[in-house]
Amino acid sequence: MAHEETVYDALDHAHGGEGQWAFGTGFDDPLAGVDTTVPEGIDPADLGVYCLMLGDDALVLCQRLTQWATNAPELEEEVALANSGLDLLGQARLLLARAGSVGVLGRSREQATDSIPDEDALAYFRDADEFRNTALVEAENGDFARTMVRLLVASAWRLALFTRLRTSRDPVLAAIAAKGVHELTYHRDHAARWLLRLGDGTTESHRRAQAGVDAVWPLTADLFTATDVERRLVEAGVAVDPAELRDEVTGVLTMVVERATLAVPAWPADAAPSGRLGRHGPELTALLADLQGLARQHPAATW
Amino acid sequence: MSAPTLDRPAAPDEAALQAHFDATIAADKRVEPRDWMPEGYRKGLIRQIAQHAHSEIIGMQPEGDWLLAAPSLRRKAILLAKVQDEAGHGMYLYSAAETLGADRADLTDKLIEGRHKYSSIFNYPTLTYADVGVIGWLVDGAAICNQVPLCRSSYGPYARAMIRVCKEESFHQRQGYELLMTMMRGTDEQRAMVQDAVDRWWWPSLMMFGPPDDDSPNSAQSMAWGIKRHSNDELRQRYVDMSVPQAEALGVTLPDPELRLDPSTGRYRFGQIDWDEFKRVISGNGPANAERIARRRAARDDNAWVIEAATAYAEKHAS
Ligand SMILES: [Fe+2]
Ligand SMILES: [Fe+2]
Repeated sequence: MAHEETVYDALDHAHGGEGQWAFGTGFDDPLAGVDTTVPEGIDPADLGVYCLMLGDDALVLCQRLTQWATNAPELEEEVALANSGLDLLGQARLLLARAGSVGVLGRSREQATDSIPDEDALAYFRDADEFRNTALVEAENGDFARTMVRLLVASAWRLALFTRLRTSRDPVLAAIAAKGVHELTYHRDHAARWLLRLGDGTTESHRRAQAGVDAVWPLTADLFTATDVERRLVEAGVAVDPAELRDEVTGVLTMVVERATLAVPAWPADAAPSGRLGRHGPELTALLADLQGLARQHPAATW
Repeated sequence: MSAPTLDRPAAPDEAALQAHFDATIAADKRVEPRDWMPEGYRKGLIRQIAQHAHSEIIGMQPEGDWLLAAPSLRRKAILLAKVQDEAGHGMYLYSAAETLGADRADLTDKLIEGRHKYSSIFNYPTLTYADVGVIGWLVDGAAICNQVPLCRSSYGPYARAMIRVCKEESFHQRQGYELLMTMMRGTDEQRAMVQDAVDRWWWPSLMMFGPPDDDSPNSAQSMAWGIKRHSNDELRQRYVDMSVPQAEALGVTLPDPELRLDPSTGRYRFGQIDWDEFKRVISGNGPANAERIARRRAARDDNAWVIEAATAYAEKHAS
C-alpha cells in the first residue's frame, strides 16, 4: 500500500546507520509526510485512546530509563539505556501524534496554546488521571537489577504486542509497530543478558536479581486484561487482545528467569484494567511533576 | 639454522628509535600504538586524553540535569541523544588512552579521587533550560575550536577519535543554537532566560582554552610533539571571532564592555579574564565540583556489585 510505504520512509529516516547518535538523527515532526486518514469502520476516538495507552507506556518507561542517565554502572550502559530511552521516546511521539491526529486530545488541548504540537499537549498538559499507562512502567526503578527485570517484562510484553500489531488495519499503527519490533527486540535481549549475568553472577547480585523479579512480578496482573476500547478495536482489526500475548510473554520470561538460575514466582491472578483507565499511584504523579513542570510553567512559550 | 644465541636480532638502540620517532613527527605522520615513543610523549598524551575523556563524562551532568524536565518531546530527544553522544565520546577517548597502556577503571578512580582534572566549565550549574542551548552553542562551540586541530594530532587513535567527536560536537552546537533561536522568538521571559544564561556562561567558556600562553606549563612540549596544534590564546581568539557574529545574529549581548572589533587586525579584542576564578574552579572549588564528583563516585560505588556480577559471570562462562 502506497501510504504504508510513506510511513516507512518517514520512520526509516530517523533510523539510518548511525541512528543511535544525535548526528544524522531526525527529531522533527514525528508524523511528517504520513497519511493519517483513518480507514473506514474504525472509531477514531477508540483508536486515539489505544494510541494513548501504548504511547503513555513508552513515555513513562522512557522517563524511568532516563533517570539512570549519568548514574549507570558503566559507560556502555549509559549508551544502551539512552538508546532504549530514545527508541521509546520515538514510539511515544509517534503514538501521541497519532492520537492527536484523530482528535483525541482531551483536556490537554484546552490548557496548551495552539503553537504547542499535539504530542506535547498530550505529554505535558494531561493530568495523571488522563494517563493510560500500566502500573508496570510507572513503578520506581529500584536498583539496577529491578530496573532490568522491569525492562525485560515491559519489552517482552510490548514486543509480543507489536509483532502482532504489524498487521493492524490502521496503517500508521502498523508502521509504528513494524519499526518498534526491531527496537524492542534489542531492549528485551539487552535486559535478558543482564538478568543472566546478575542471576548467575555473585551471591549479592543473585539476591538482588531475585528480589527484582519478586518485586516486578505482581505488576503483571493487569497486563493480559483488555479494556472495552481494546475489545472494540480487536473486533475492528486494529488492536490485539492482550490475553493473546500471555503464552508468549510468560514463556519468554520463564525461560530467561530460569536460565538466570532464579526462581520463577507464581503469576498473579488476572486483575481488571486500572492504569489503562487512568487510575494511578503516587509514583506517576511524582514522575509527571518532573516531566511537565517546566512546560507548564511557561504555557505560552515555544521550545 | 644458526645457534639460538645468535638468532636474536640486536635490540635497536634508543637513539635510533628516538630518531625514527622524531622523523615521524617532523613529517607530520601518525604515531600508532605499537610504535616506539618517548615516555614523556606517552605520559603527556595519557594525561591529555584522560582529561578530555573525564570532561566528556562529567559534561553529561549539567545538561543531564534537564533530561527529565525537557519542555518538549522533541527537545527531550535531542538532549537525550546529546548526553548519549557525550558518553560515547568518553568511551572512544578512554579507549584511545588504553592503547597507550592506561586502564579505564584506574583513570576513573583518579578522576574520583581528584588526582585528574577535567574541564572547569562543567563545574557551573545549569539554572534554566536556556543553559542547555547556551552550553550547546558556546561550550560545544569552544570544544570544537579546541578539537578540530586535534583531528591532526600526531597520535593516530586520538586523531581518529577526534574526527568522529568533532562531527557530533558540531551537530550539538547547531542544535544548541537552534534552541536559542527558538527561545528568542518566544516570550519575553524566554528571551530574558537566554540573555541570563549567556551572561553566566560567556566568561567560563573563554576559560575552556586554558591558561594564557605565558602561564601554560605543558604547552610548548605538547606543541613540539604535535599533540597540540595551536596555543591556548590563539584558539581562544578564534573562538571569540567566531562567537561575536553569532551572538549578534541571535540578538544577545555578550557580557564584556571591552569587546570590540579591532579594525587593524579584523579580530575582536576582549576584556581581562578572571584567572583567579579559573584557578579556584579548576582546583576543585567551583560551584558544582563536589556534586559532579560525588555523582561519579556514587555511580561507581553503588553499582560496583553489577560490575562484580558481570565479571563473575564472564569467568564462569569462559571456555
Ligand atoms: Fe563531547
Ligand atoms: Fe558535545
